[in-house]
Amino acid sequence: MKLHIEEEIRRIKENLLMMASLTDRNLAQAIRALTERDDQLAAAVEAEDTQLDSLQVTIDEDVVMFIAKQRPVATDLRLMIVASKIAGDLERIGDQAVSIARAAIQLNREPPLEMPVDIDRLASISVEMVREAIACFVDGAPERVPALVQRDKLVDAINRQLFGELVDRMEAEPSIIRRAVHLLLVVRRLERAADHAKNIAEEVYYLGKAVDIRHSNPRPADQGKN
Amino acid sequence: MVSGGVGEMEAKETGLSRDAADDGVGEARADTIISVRGLDFFYGPIQALFDVSLDIPRNLVTAFIGPSGCGKTTLLRCFNRMNDLNEEARLVRGTIMIGGVDIHDAAVDPIELRKRVGMVFQRSNPFPKSIYENVAYGLRVGGLRDKGALDEVVERSLRNAALWDEVRDRLGDSAMALSGGQQQRLCIARAIAVEPDIILMDEPCSGLDPIATMKVEELIHDLKRRYTIVIVTHNMQQASRCSDRTAFFYLGRLVELGETMRVFTNPAHKQTEDYITGRFG
Repeated sequence: MKLHIEEEIRRIKENLLMMASLTDRNLAQAIRALTERDDQLAAAVEAEDTQLDSLQVTIDEDVVMFIAKQRPVATDLRLMIVASKIAGDLERIGDQAVSIARAAIQLNREPPLEMPVDIDRLASISVEMVREAIACFVDGAPERVPALVQRDKLVDAINRQLFGELVDRMEAEPSIIRRAVHLLLVVRRLERAADHAKNIAEEVYYLGKAVDIRHSNPRPADQGKN
Repeated sequence: MVSGGVGEMEAKETGLSRDAADDGVGEARADTIISVRGLDFFYGPIQALFDVSLDIPRNLVTAFIGPSGCGKTTLLRCFNRMNDLNEEARLVRGTIMIGGVDIHDAAVDPIELRKRVGMVFQRSNPFPKSIYENVAYGLRVGGLRDKGALDEVVERSLRNAALWDEVRDRLGDSAMALSGGQQQRLCIARAIAVEPDIILMDEPCSGLDPIATMKVEELIHDLKRRYTIVIVTHNMQQASRCSDRTAFFYLGRLVELGETMRVFTNPAHKQTEDYITGRFG
C-alpha cells in the first residue's frame, strides 16, 4: 500500500532538491559572472532568484500542512523541522549569489582589478561545501557531516587572509578602493554561503542522528526534556 | 491478603536480569512500584505475552502503546489480576511484584489487591446509583459507615477527579444522567476514593469528545502527584502528551520502553518508529 504520508514527504524532498539545484547553479553562475566579467550571467542569477523564493514558500507551506495533518513524530518530525531550515539556508545562499552577481555588475563597469588568487579558492570551497551538504542530505549520510563542518574553519581563515590582503592593497593604492570594497563584499558573501552550507550539514546530522551539533555543543534531541 | 496494603510494603531490590528498556536497562530503580520479570501469558493455547520484563516507577504516568492484539491490555489487567476472572487466562512463567510483593503469592487476596490497584475502563461504567453512592460504594464495601467520613471522602474524591464543581448540587442524581466525560471522571473518582497506589487506565478517553478528553488528560496530569498511573492508549498524541514513560508492544513482546520524549523524538527501534509514525498498525 502506498501511503499518502510518503507522497507528501516525497514532494517536500523533491522541492528541496529543486531548490538545491537552483542554488548551486546560481552560486556558480554568480562566481563566473564575476571572474568572466559577464553581465548577462549576473542578470540571470538575479532573475532566477524569485524561483528560489517561491520554492521556499511552497516548502514551508507544505511543512505546516504536514504538521497540522499528520502530527509527525520521530524521523518525520525531524524531517519537517529540518526541511524548513534547509529551505531557509538555500534561500539565503541564493541571496548571497544575487549579491555577488550585483557586485560583478558593478565591477564590470570598472577597469579590471587583479583578483587575489584565494578568491577563486574561496569560491571553489564554498560551492563544494554547498554541494556536499546537499549530497549528505540526499545520501542520508550524517557521518560525512563532521568533515564538512571542519572545512568551514578553512573558509574563515581564507576570509580573514583576503580581508587583510585587500585592505593592504587599498592602503597602498587608494584608486582601487571602490573596486576592492566590492571584492571584499564578494568575499564576505562567499564566506556566508559556506556558513549556510555548514548549517545545512548540521541539520542533516540532526535529521539522521537526532543530535544537535550546532554551536559545538552536541545535544541529544530529548536532552533536558521530561 | 496483601499484608498492610501495597502502599505500606517496602520496595526491594529485584535483581533485574534483562529489560527491554533502553534507558536504565536492567537496573533496579529505587522508585520502582511495579516490577515484571520474564512474563509468559496465555489465553488457552494462544500466547499473549512473551518474556515481558519491565519496571514502572512510582508517581509517574507510563503509557502502553502498540497495535491491537499486542498484549498491552493483557499486561495491564495482570497488574490487578483482572485476568483471574477469565478461565482461559494462564500465567505460565514470570513474576509481577508490586511494592516488592509477588501479587501471585498465595497470601495475596485479589480483592484487596484491586483496592490498591484501581482500574478505569475504556467505557465508563458507573453503577446505576446516585453520583454520591458511586463514589461511596467502595468505602461502604470496605466497612466505612460514618456519614461524615463518607461525605468527606466523596467530596475529596470528586474534587480530585475535577468533577465536584459540576455535580456538587446534584449528588443524589443518577450517575447515568451524566455526560460520557463526566461519567469517566466519576469512575476515576470512584477508583481514587479507596486511596489506591496505582490507577490502571484502559483507553479511558476512547469514547470521549476532545473537550472531555482534555479534561481527563488534565486530571491524569494532576493525579500523578499522588498515584502511579499506567495507561493503555491507541492515541499517540495522548501518549505523548500525558505520559512520562512509554512502552511499545508488538505481537506480545515489549519492544521498547523509555522516556516518552525520547521514544517520540528518537525511537531506538524501527518497529517503534514505524508504529508511531503510522507506517503500520
